[in-house]
Amino acid sequence: MTLFADIALLAFLIAAAIAILRKRDLFTIAMLSGVYGLLSAAVFVALDAPDVAMTEAAVGAGTSTVLMLATLHFVGREAMPPRKRPLLALIVTVAVGSALVYGVSDLPLFGDPKAPAHGDVARHYLERTGEEIGIPNVVTAVLASYRGFDTLGETAVILTAGIGVLALLGMLPRRQRREVGAEPAPHRDHTILRVVAKMLLPLLLMFACYVQAHGELSPGGGFQAGVVFATAFLLYALVFGTRRARAIVPEAWLERGMAGGLLVYGSVGVVTLLRGGAFLDYDVLAADPTVGQHVGIIAIELGVGATVASVLIAVFFAFADVDPA
Amino acid sequence: MTDVLATVGYGLAIAGAVVSVIAASGMLRLPDVFTRMHAAGVVDSLGAALVLVGLAIAGGFGTASARLLMILAFLWITTPTACHALAKIARAKGLMPPEREQQETGP
Repeated sequence: MTLFADIALLAFLIAAAIAILRKRDLFTIAMLSGVYGLLSAAVFVALDAPDVAMTEAAVGAGTSTVLMLATLHFVGREAMPPRKRPLLALIVTVAVGSALVYGVSDLPLFGDPKAPAHGDVARHYLERTGEEIGIPNVVTAVLASYRGFDTLGETAVILTAGIGVLALLGMLPRRQRREVGAEPAPHRDHTILRVVAKMLLPLLLMFACYVQAHGELSPGGGFQAGVVFATAFLLYALVFGTRRARAIVPEAWLERGMAGGLLVYGSVGVVTLLRGGAFLDYDVLAADPTVGQHVGIIAIELGVGATVASVLIAVFFAFADVDPA
Repeated sequence: MTDVLATVGYGLAIAGAVVSVIAASGMLRLPDVFTRMHAAGVVDSLGAALVLVGLAIAGGFGTASARLLMILAFLWITTPTACHALAKIARAKGLMPPEREQQETGP
C-alpha cells in the first residue's frame, strides 16, 4: 500500500515536471512549481521526514510560488521562444547530466547498511540522543546540537542569500518603488478574503510559535517556524497590501532580525567558549548538561527562526517593490 | 464494534475518492471557468470531507481524529474563499458564464 502511494506520488512529480517543461505560459509554470513543491512535501511525509516536509510545504508550495508570481510582474507572462538550434545548451546539458549519472554510480545503494550514513555516527545519534541531549526529536538533536556548527553555517548562508537579493533589488531609490496593493487593485473590495485572512492569521502565527517552541519534542524547529511565520506574513501582505504590512514590520526591524538571529546563534557559541567548553558545546550552559543542551538548542533555534523569517519577508518586500517599468 | 467502525470509515473514504474522481472528470469536461470551478469545489467540500471523516471514524476517536476534523474545518474555510477569490478575479477580467453572455448580447 505504501509502495503504491510512493509510486503514485513519484508519477505525479514526474508529470508535474514534464508539464513545467512543456508550458510557455510563465503563470502556469509558477502554479505548477507550487504543485511540485506540495507533491515533494507529500513524498517527504511518505519517507517519514516530517521536519523536511514542513519546510518544503511552506517554502516550495508557499513562499517560492509567491516570489515567482512577484517576479512575473516585471518579466511578463510569456516565456521567450526557444532559439532555433540550442546546440551549445544541448552539449552542456548532456555533459552535466552524464557527469551526475556517473557520480550516482558511486553513491551507496538505497538502504545499504554499509553506507556511511548508516554507520556508527547514525547509531550514536539514535541510541544516545535521549541520554546526552534529553529530547525525543532526534532530527532536532542532530541539527541543533551534534551538527550545530553546520547549522550555524547554513544560517549564515541564508543571511548571505538574503543580503545578495537585497543588494541586487533593494538598492533602488525610494521614489522608484511601487507599493503593491496600495493603489486600487481588483481585490481591493475582497471582503471575504480579508475576513478569512484575519481569521487565519492568528492561528498561523500561533502555529509558527508552536513549531518554534515544540521543535525539540515534535517535528519542527527554527527553520520550519521561520518559514511558517514568513508565509503567514506574506498572506497578510498579499491581501492587505505591502504598505500596511510594512507598517507592522518596518525595514529596519527586518534587517535587525536577519543579522540578529545569526548573532544570537554565534553568541551562544561564544558563551560556551567563555564558560570553558568547546564552541557550541551546550553542556556547559547549565549545571546539568542535559539542561544546558535544552537552553542551547532553544536559543539557537530562536536565532535560526528570526533569521529565516526576516530574510524571507525582506526578500518578498524587495521583489514587491521593484517597479516593472 | 471496531470492525463496524472500520468498515463504515473506509466505506466513507472510498466514497470520497469516487466523488473526487467524478469531480476531476468534471474539471476536464465542463465548458468554462465557472462550471469547472464548481466541479473543483466538489473535491474540496464533499470529497475531502468524506475522506477525512471516514479516516477519523476508521482510526477510532482520539487526538488523530480530532486533528483530521480540524484539517477539515480549515479546508472548509479556506477552499470556498479561494474559489470565491478566483471567481471574482475571473469576473473582473471579463469572463462570463456562457448562458449569461448569450442573454446579454441577445440571440
